Amino acid sequence: MKITRRSLLAASAASATIAMPAIARAEATSVEFYFPVAVGGPITKVVDGLAADFMKENPDVTVKPVYAGTYNDTITKAVTASKAGQGPQMAVLLSTDVFSLIDDDLILPFDSTADDKKWLSSFYPAFMANGEINGRSWGVPFQRSTIVLYYNKDAFKEAGLDPEKGPATWEEHAAFAEKLTKHDAQGTSRWGVQIPAAGFTYWLLQAMVSEAGGTMASDSGTKVHFDDPAMAAALQYWIDLNTVHHAHPAGIVDWGTTPRDFIEGRAAMIWHTTGNLTNIRSNAKFPFGVAMLPAHKRRGSPTGGGNFYLFKSASPAQQAASLRFIKWATSPQKAAEWGVATGYVATSPAAWQTQTMKDYVAGFPAAAVARDQLEFAVPEFSTHDNQRVTQLLDDELNAALLGKKTVAEALKSAQTGAVRLLRPYQKG
Amino acid sequence: MSTRRLEILATWMLGILWVAPLAYAVWTAFHPSEFATHFSLTAPLTLENFVHAWDAAPFAHYFLNTTLMVTLILVVQFIVCTPAAFAFARMEFRGRETIFAIVLLQLMVAPDLLLVRNYRTMAQLGLVDTIGAIALPYLGSAFGIFLLRQNFRQIPQELDDAARLEGASLFGRLWRVYIPLAKPVYLAYGLVLVSYHWNNFLWPLVITNSVTTRPLTVGLAVFASTDQGIDWSIITAATLMTSGPLLVAFLLFQRQFIASFMRAGIR
Amino acid sequence: MIKRQTLLAYAMIAPALLLLGAFTHWPAVGTLIDSFYSTPHGNRAAVSVGVDNYTDLLDDPVFLQALINNLWYGLVTIPASVGLSLLMALSVNRALPGRVLVRMAYFTPTILPLIAVANIWLFFFTPDYGLLDQISLAFGFGRHNWLGEPATALPAMMAVAIWKEAGFFMIFYLAALQTMPADLAEVGRLEGASRWLYFRRVTWPLLMPTTLFVIVNAVINAFRLVDHVVVMTRGGPDNATNLLLYHIYETGFRFWDSAAAATLTVVLLAIMGILAGLVFAVLGRKAHYR
Repeated sequence: MKITRRSLLAASAASATIAMPAIARAEATSVEFYFPVAVGGPITKVVDGLAADFMKENPDVTVKPVYAGTYNDTITKAVTASKAGQGPQMAVLLSTDVFSLIDDDLILPFDSTADDKKWLSSFYPAFMANGEINGRSWGVPFQRSTIVLYYNKDAFKEAGLDPEKGPATWEEHAAFAEKLTKHDAQGTSRWGVQIPAAGFTYWLLQAMVSEAGGTMASDSGTKVHFDDPAMAAALQYWIDLNTVHHAHPAGIVDWGTTPRDFIEGRAAMIWHTTGNLTNIRSNAKFPFGVAMLPAHKRRGSPTGGGNFYLFKSASPAQQAASLRFIKWATSPQKAAEWGVATGYVATSPAAWQTQTMKDYVAGFPAAAVARDQLEFAVPEFSTHDNQRVTQLLDDELNAALLGKKTVAEALKSAQTGAVRLLRPYQKG
Repeated sequence: MSTRRLEILATWMLGILWVAPLAYAVWTAFHPSEFATHFSLTAPLTLENFVHAWDAAPFAHYFLNTTLMVTLILVVQFIVCTPAAFAFARMEFRGRETIFAIVLLQLMVAPDLLLVRNYRTMAQLGLVDTIGAIALPYLGSAFGIFLLRQNFRQIPQELDDAARLEGASLFGRLWRVYIPLAKPVYLAYGLVLVSYHWNNFLWPLVITNSVTTRPLTVGLAVFASTDQGIDWSIITAATLMTSGPLLVAFLLFQRQFIASFMRAGIR
Repeated sequence: MIKRQTLLAYAMIAPALLLLGAFTHWPAVGTLIDSFYSTPHGNRAAVSVGVDNYTDLLDDPVFLQALINNLWYGLVTIPASVGLSLLMALSVNRALPGRVLVRMAYFTPTILPLIAVANIWLFFFTPDYGLLDQISLAFGFGRHNWLGEPATALPAMMAVAIWKEAGFFMIFYLAALQTMPADLAEVGRLEGASRWLYFRRVTWPLLMPTTLFVIVNAVINAFRLVDHVVVMTRGGPDNATNLLLYHIYETGFRFWDSAAAATLTVVLLAIMGILAGLVFAVLGRKAHYR
């Protein structure tokens, strides 16, 4: 059999066709969205259920959720695919990715009509803040969170602390942590507190920065304030928990294993996303509490999590269908069900008024803590070229936490680097 | 004799160390998640983790994608590399050694290293997120050509001459003399190829976006992403499921597996 | 006049050449060209910047860290995995109780996808209740944050790599050992040569072609396999486990800085080229072919 170039190309083309591309791009009523999962539990199933329910009520639209991994994986995939002309119509991406998406001209704003504006104002302002750029709204809150303090009530009792009250101030927090730390012959068998640094170091730090009364970046996303004294105070406090109070592990604490560490009793208090509430509730074999983060000059926590974004590449019919889905998925009842299933904070006051939510909170008051903390929440740190700037910041923060650089050195280095990265955006 | 005993002990210890991750995976996958980190002998056995893992991600699809991809690569590589290897081995033509050297460059430069550019090529061809795109960069293989050429060279010229005398065309000679005699090499190379591509990760990660094209490795990575908080019971169940076929095939055919490498020989 | 046979030969190598060229040689050249331009962004096209990308690279501490990491990584994993594989092959080549089982045990890591076992290794390295720490505590060596401390994170990655590779290389050594003529061993024994002497003078030189092959593979994998970094450490802590190809992946697909990614790729290709040249020059000459 003669192998000719033509037959080979034909064979390749045939096999490429056999392996069909992901969606039928010609159909106007078929939409696809990428979503990440950053909390434990069968989230993909819940999302699939959402899509299935929507399609039952709206038989003229096909919605395909595509699970793409972590937040980082998902934005990588969504943008890479969009740049290659084969992106999704919607995606759930970090609220902080908005600048990068706008810079690459990939998304559409949501507030074109007066009705839409009314709809958008039904969400908690704290969650809308990140998505409001230059007077337009670019993201709709979906799986949003704040950081909360989970604590082991049995450990509190053991250490002589009131198991119904979390630490209210930085001083109390450090003191509690010291009391909760247990040692054995070979070192520390239980840490008083664990604040994970691997993965989103800046997010955890931002909580402390807001509690110290500072901000990390301007609203325009073009300037950073890493030399703010509040930054140094926050970072120093974090380091001191290890070096001075000996209540926090040395080195970088992993994000993914921290809930596990808490469940295993290796840490008596952890700072983690409210999104892990359901996961911890299902797996902890001891009574645990959820508290707001301790205050310094004020209480504070960054918001976190993902918004829905609408991609420009969608056809008008797809855009309309996507908008219907987004409105449906974020409606009060659906948002309430989503919050109950996952532990994410239901995104609108109306959602908290639904019977579903009321029953849930009645049976599990800890669930309302994150909502109550919204009063003190600040928008998550976000700038242009967000991935790179946060990676740079994380690296420098890690260096400081590891003791490789002093707090001042690390923050100065981060500031210089970020200023350089943001220079191309200064006129914008 | 005691040095011999020591050696045997050391060999055994190393073997146990080597198989530890797999052993742990087997333990964790068959026991409930409380026992993922505690090894108590009274732990109950369960198949739940496999059920959860199977439900949690479309592994059936991933299996299909991987099988399609690996088969595609296997078949096309053999079809493409055999004539090329024969030409380099037994035919005289201008520039043979130079072109062979250029081909061999690919031994050191795997398509994986050229991720960014290859992605762009696929985008321009409109092939992003297709199984064909995962396979394309690997369809021409310098290693395959090298291996087959070595082997073809060692086939006795008399057999070739005999076939030629019988009036066989070039492809007749290939089909009746060279390919059958090189069967061990094909087998060995095929096994290497299958295990390499079954386990390949970075390029498939970059080029696939959706469930209908993702191979098992990418599916598993996406499934087990650490942002979620790790549940080792389900992850190990998924791991065993995805490596299962290769593992079982190896266990059943390990003698042939290893023997075929030996017969092929890298000389 | 071009002979018919030449035309035929070209036709036979054409498909392979086309495929290789399209996905190896041409992208390599393309990457080189890209490295002299800036990254196109939205509406801004790429502009020629000369060697700016290269000088920027030298100023980038992350690149330098990834480079140093990769060099150390290669320096340790290549000899270790090759040496270990030789030891393994020698040990299972002799009669040994449970030989088949041991050989299987050594070879299993090859069958498992690295991305799959990386999660298992993540458990092994987890502080306090991870397997390594459980053993360490049992022997009184305390707790460690293996993957969270820069000093131990890269060695941990090296361990995973060696574990993955050694069994695969063992097979090639086994093959070579089994095809060595039996009479050589006879002669050695008759002449009263010690095992070490016999190994050094007879076995080792005869294994040179295999060693060359195995080392080349080890070199390639030291730069190509970053799956475990993706799952276990994502380059951290503070870039302690960042390797060149992982950095290229992040730069190209997470930061979408295609010019920097191209520049990094050129550096990586250059390193591979130099190493290949070194290996062939040093060892190629010593290999005795039969």
